[in-house]
Amino acid sequence: MPMGPVKYIPPAIERYVRLGYEPYRYYLGDEPPPWTPLKKPLSECRLGVIATAGTYVKGQVAFYYKDDHSYRAIPKSTPAEDLRFSHVTEHYLGSALQDPNSAFPIEPLRRIERDGIVGEVAEELFSCMGGIYSQRKVRDELAPALAAEFARQEVDAVLLVPM
Amino acid sequence: MGTAYDILETCKPPLAVFLDYPLGNTSGRPFAPDEQYAIVRSAVETLEGIREPGTILPLNRIWSEDETWKVEAAVTDTGDRRQPRDLTPRYQNEDDRVAAEGQSARFG
Repeated sequence: MPMGPVKYIPPAIERYVRLGYEPYRYYLGDEPPPWTPLKKPLSECRLGVIATAGTYVKGQVAFYYKDDHSYRAIPKSTPAEDLRFSHVTEHYLGSALQDPNSAFPIEPLRRIERDGIVGEVAEELFSCMGGIYSQRKVRDELAPALAAEFARQEVDAVLLVPM
Repeated sequence: MGTAYDILETCKPPLAVFLDYPLGNTSGRPFAPDEQYAIVRSAVETLEGIREPGTILPLNRIWSEDETWKVEAAVTDTGDRRQPRDLTPRYQNEDDRVAAEGQSARFG
């Protein structure tokens, strides 16, 4: 009998309480899912991307590990071998350090563009730290800044790639 | 996209595809370009194919027949597996630090 999906939230809460920390407070969606139907065929849409594995390009400043709520703009043409990762839970980066496309799918995105699955992928993809403990910083600062970037790019949809 | 079903459920994205793989493999296994392509394509195609807000569509892929990784992912009696939290940029390679000198983050 196959096991179901791993539950991550209860073990994390239990683990950190056991270590003497305040209970780990995951974000709980407090509203129904937002919903905006596509206004045109997918093959005509411009796709924005935000991934949360702490991806940066060689030459950019890396992320730090205490509530870094900055983000990086990663040119779509970046070679995968120039992608780097800095994330507070380094033990989840094993695959990305071998092949960045496991956590930041830049080559698959270029391929869905080339194959016409989407009209185009935005010229810059975005990346941030996944382990931000301040929900306020995310909700009040990071999310609006990213929303403004996506508005500037005039994307029709955004793909979220959490780690 | 996501590999943590319970986090997708609580975060309530408009649409999601769920991949039952270990965290860190959101877009597929390393060095599996056709699999990575299929996963990303499936995620993007939900934008057109799914009309019910909040749908979490499971992708029909398994990481391995051996599910030991699921048991290990849920253990609670480990130490703190996170890195120390401070304000120092953590470069993957020392060369990256040199290459980034003089640059600044876009925001934050």
